[in-house]
Amino acid sequence: MKRTRLVRNVFLGIENLLLHKLRSFLTMLGVVFGVGSVVAMLAVGEGASKEALEQIRKLGSNNIIITAVKPVEDEAAGTTRSFMSIYGLTYEDYLRLAETINTVKKTVPVKIIRKEGRLRERGLELRVVGTTPAWFDLVQRTIVAGRVLLFSDEEDQAPVTVLTEYGARRLLATENTIGQTLRIGSDTFKIVGIVKSEGGEAGNIQIPDQQVDAYIPIDVARVYYGDISFRRTAGSFEREMVELHQVIVQVDHTENVEGTAKAIEEMLKRFHKKTDYIINIPLALLKQAEATKRTFNIVLGSIACISLLVGGIGIMNIMLASVTERTREIGIRRAIGAKRKQIITQFLIETVVLSTIGGIVGIGLGILIPILITYFAGMPTVITPWSIVLPLFISASIGVIFGLYPAARAAEVDPIVALRHE
Amino acid sequence: MGNPISSVSHSEIVRLENAHKIYQMGNQEVRALAGVTISFERGSFWAIMGPSGSGKSTMMNILGCLDRLTKGSYFLEGDDVSTLDDDALSEFRLRHLGFIFQSFNLIPQLTVQRNIELPLYYLGWDAAQSAERARELASRVGLEARLGHRPPELSGGQMQRVAIARALANDPQILFADEPTGNLDTATGEQIMEVLSELNHQGKTIIMVTHESHIAAHAHSRLHMKDGVIERIDRDSYETHKVSSKRLPGY
Repeated sequence: MKRTRLVRNVFLGIENLLLHKLRSFLTMLGVVFGVGSVVAMLAVGEGASKEALEQIRKLGSNNIIITAVKPVEDEAAGTTRSFMSIYGLTYEDYLRLAETINTVKKTVPVKIIRKEGRLRERGLELRVVGTTPAWFDLVQRTIVAGRVLLFSDEEDQAPVTVLTEYGARRLLATENTIGQTLRIGSDTFKIVGIVKSEGGEAGNIQIPDQQVDAYIPIDVARVYYGDISFRRTAGSFEREMVELHQVIVQVDHTENVEGTAKAIEEMLKRFHKKTDYIINIPLALLKQAEATKRTFNIVLGSIACISLLVGGIGIMNIMLASVTERTREIGIRRAIGAKRKQIITQFLIETVVLSTIGGIVGIGLGILIPILITYFAGMPTVITPWSIVLPLFISASIGVIFGLYPAARAAEVDPIVALRHE
Repeated sequence: MGNPISSVSHSEIVRLENAHKIYQMGNQEVRALAGVTISFERGSFWAIMGPSGSGKSTMMNILGCLDRLTKGSYFLEGDDVSTLDDDALSEFRLRHLGFIFQSFNLIPQLTVQRNIELPLYYLGWDAAQSAERARELASRVGLEARLGHRPPELSGGQMQRVAIARALANDPQILFADEPTGNLDTATGEQIMEVLSELNHQGKTIIMVTHESHIAAHAHSRLHMKDGVIERIDRDSYETHKVSSKRLPGY
């Protein structure tokens, strides 16, 4: 009974609104554009931040990445005379990290050597990564063929390599890769596996893996290539001695990440005279990105709220005019026996119906705009469920909030005066 | 409807006791009713007459539960309604009273059927029942064919018939008519008065406000107001307006 009465009231409201189609439509426009802009802005904002967050997540939120950097002092010295700069992380650092900090679950050493890889007549500039099998636990990538590095490879100092899918395709096209022999520099390696790679950048940190990686056991890398590298840049000649280019640390729990990072810094400070390392915490970046996103949403939200407010005021204005215009009708209804409450309900339902229909149309518009933006401008947009539910709820609330005053005015109409109203 | 007050006769439906209504107009007090005591019998047909400013409209609003007394008591069907609040008065109008106005007061956007159904809507009737009732009432006033029309498409006489049908929808004990023929030509006015007389004949108590004596002649009792008090009452002989208390089906 109660429900059917509400349904009847809603239909009556729609009927009344249809009596003034143009006016109802124009009144609705305010809410349509207000809600439309909310949905569209949320979609654009969400799309922009989602990309950044996705990239950072690839780094692993439990990981800390320590990267070797050439200290500023050496940078200046290196260009003037023949000089060997010795910097970066050491094997000792690597071992100490795992041994002394108990929140560290896993550490992965990374030694990077740039060499040309040759497979028969094809060649490719490779990033040779000397590492341990733990790499494949931290940087989780799909195995395309074969296997990843094993502990037995390390023990045996086996000359085996795992390629990325991209590199393998460049070198071998469609041929069967596993078991082939790859020349890296002057040494030969047996290809034992192929993995997918992500590549790209996240914030300021490089994703650990790149598309031209060749993974080999770290001891093999040390024995074959040593720690000293030569580089010719613009006529000058550089020599560098770097033991490890990167150490990736996995922390046991997310809440320990910050503390562990501090401990690592303390420890490194003690053993390094110069600051020849950078500690990157993906989690911190993630938090920063999320904070930025939150600010962005608040700004967009307030702008959208203002447009919704304008829409609401528009509705209130028209409903007040409508109450004045329908004073006589209200008087008739009151004389017949309608209670004040029922008059309030009637007008409130009209405004809520108006604003909710406006909200639904606005959501349609708000979904269409991001689709067009993605299509024409190529910007990623994401429409989340709550970016639809929230505006719908808001538009209905606008109907209630801005409908209450006109409805109360309608209920205060004195039937005696109203019936004489011409 | 039991009657707890012993001094009230069994046929009495309306009683005003020392009724005062004072309006504040600026800083001037207007005594629209200045101590009126009167009672109307069930099934009677009253005309309230008087020049403008005599208090007859105020009397009508008070009797119709649209307004409240400043002082005094008003008993309707034996209940003291002068103490009721706005909601209770609305409920009383909805269940027991019917109104016919000079300017018809139909809702122009609604069809004839929907206008007649209006009291039933507030009484909570379902759509099918209401439609049936509206059809029945429209046929009683000869407007069955006009159910789908809107008031502006009708003549004055037809609109007043729709108003009568609407006033009867809740099967009221009392029908109030405020200058029911004021906006109609003489012939149409007569027709409307015949409808009212017929309804009175069928047992409805009718209280009508008019300033035209030939319209007032249709009533059986005439109450002349002047300056907020009853100037005089004249009644036709008892036999001429004695009505059967038997209620006819449908009313």
